[in-house]
Amino acid sequence: MIAMRGVNKWFGQMRVLADINLTVAEGEKLVICGPSGSGKSTLIRCINQLEHHQMGDIVVNGVKVDAELKTLDLVRREIGMVFQSFNLYPHMTVLQNLMLAQIWVQGRKRRDAEKVARHYLDRVHIPEQADKFPAQLSGGQQQRVAIARALCTKPKILLFDEPTSALDPEMIKEVLDVMTELATEGMTMICVTHEMGFARNVANRVIFMDAGRIVEQGSPAEFFSNPQSDRAKLFLSQVRLN
Amino acid sequence: MAIDPTAFLPPPVVSAGPWAWMRRNLFTDWRQTALTLIVLYAVIRGVPPLLGWLFVDATWQGTRDDCVANGGACWAFVSARWGQFIYGFYPVEERWRVNVTFAVLAVSVVPLVLPMVRGKAWIIGFLLTLYPVLAFCLLYGGVLGLPVVETARWGGFMLTLVVAITGIVGSLPIGILLALGRRSDMPAIRTFCTLFIELFRAVPLITVLFMASVMLPLFLPSGFSLDKLLRALIGVAVFNGALMAEVVRGGLQAIPKGQYEAATAAGMGYWRMMGFVILPQALRLVIPGLVNTWVAIIKDTTLVLIIGLFDLLGIVQAGIADANWLSASVTKTGYVFAAMGFWILCFSLSRYSMYLERRLGLGASR
Repeated sequence: MIAMRGVNKWFGQMRVLADINLTVAEGEKLVICGPSGSGKSTLIRCINQLEHHQMGDIVVNGVKVDAELKTLDLVRREIGMVFQSFNLYPHMTVLQNLMLAQIWVQGRKRRDAEKVARHYLDRVHIPEQADKFPAQLSGGQQQRVAIARALCTKPKILLFDEPTSALDPEMIKEVLDVMTELATEGMTMICVTHEMGFARNVANRVIFMDAGRIVEQGSPAEFFSNPQSDRAKLFLSQVRLN
Repeated sequence: MAIDPTAFLPPPVVSAGPWAWMRRNLFTDWRQTALTLIVLYAVIRGVPPLLGWLFVDATWQGTRDDCVANGGACWAFVSARWGQFIYGFYPVEERWRVNVTFAVLAVSVVPLVLPMVRGKAWIIGFLLTLYPVLAFCLLYGGVLGLPVVETARWGGFMLTLVVAITGIVGSLPIGILLALGRRSDMPAIRTFCTLFIELFRAVPLITVLFMASVMLPLFLPSGFSLDKLLRALIGVAVFNGALMAEVVRGGLQAIPKGQYEAATAAGMGYWRMMGFVILPQALRLVIPGLVNTWVAIIKDTTLVLIIGLFDLLGIVQAGIADANWLSASVTKTGYVFAAMGFWILCFSLSRYSMYLERRLGLGASR
């Protein structure tokens, strides 16, 4: 579904992605972890080309993506994204947030779009908030709206960029619960997260990154019980395993 | 569990009654007291004579001699010239066309101001597409058997409104496009927009109007001429568009990067992202700046006088100079009347913007 071959990216002189090779199969749940500044977010942001890579190939659903691709918007429609800071549209109600891309990107009728939007609000367990504005919701509710918004366009892949890092501890659980439900339904998911409990319970594969490289990857059981590299051992000794 | 009785107490009343209020607000200490007394003195000295001039000693009917004898405002002059002040030199028998044009505008704008009316998009669509055509046909004529009224005969309050409304409506899209262009990734567009904005921003409006009326015809092919009013309208819209661009750019810069990313990740192209996500937020943030520019446009309409068009102020000034009315009291009255005309326009726009800001701010506050 996603194939990255020899992907490199620089910010100015700094090499933030170094020779990334990664393939993701349909239905796979990947967790990417690693210290901050290791290139995790940049990696997943290259998949939908919010960041453009400078070397190597990225193929998503059989389409090679890069900055020159004219049909980039078509590829992006197949990929949903959830951000650390939610990025809901503050001038629209929750329902309008969920309907915007459906109507203006996918050309769905208003009535159908509303039906789909309400369906996914139910799925994230906040149907009663449909007519509120994002600023009137708690952080956890906002992030669940953001997940529903990403789902509304029926994407084939969901990208999560540290979805719980901006949340209070008690709100993290409600967001992780929704993500776990999605995972059990077979959605292809790539999550950058520091939630090691989520990685252990939900992921098929854990990717450990450091200094722009994939240092280690494996099943959560292998990775958590028997990390190979010293860097991963050090990292795991320092994060709280919950 | 015992109920805390203090939980139901009202907030403590510090003091009540007009005396306490005055003590607290007007006579707090010797400095406040002194200021209060000075202001009070100014009001007592200023207001009664003003009211006397405006109403008591004013002349409502009659001639210049009556005005000079009474010493107050000369409303007789205003009522004698009323038609000219409103319509300029527009032929008397055709003035209904002006009335219809502005009545249609008023009738369409009222539902826009009321929050409960639905289908505002249709009204805005009508105002921006069909209405200008309708207004032109009515005001200028030449179609449907309406006799042509040359723009040279337009004037007074009507001309002020025509220039102000085209300036306001024309400058916003120009400003938005220039602001977007200045932030564009494409170097040619960015350079062009930056140069354009900086050129027009650095030049007085009078210069632009002079250029439009004197220089522009020199560059046009011979035999091809643009109406003088039309040239002035284009000049006003473009000049204020450049000012507007910088106001809009300020709003664009305040929108967090995440909003662009969320829209991009959803597969929206540039125009959809700007139209649905970025601009609605950016324009809302800069309402005070937009209205500031609009109020300035209304007041700058007076500058069309220098290219020979008579707006409200221009026509009042011309009336004052009439030998039949020449006198100090008529002069004062004329300027006060013109000032009131502009004040009503600008003040109502400013109040509407404050109301709009409050209403739009309800959900969007972060």
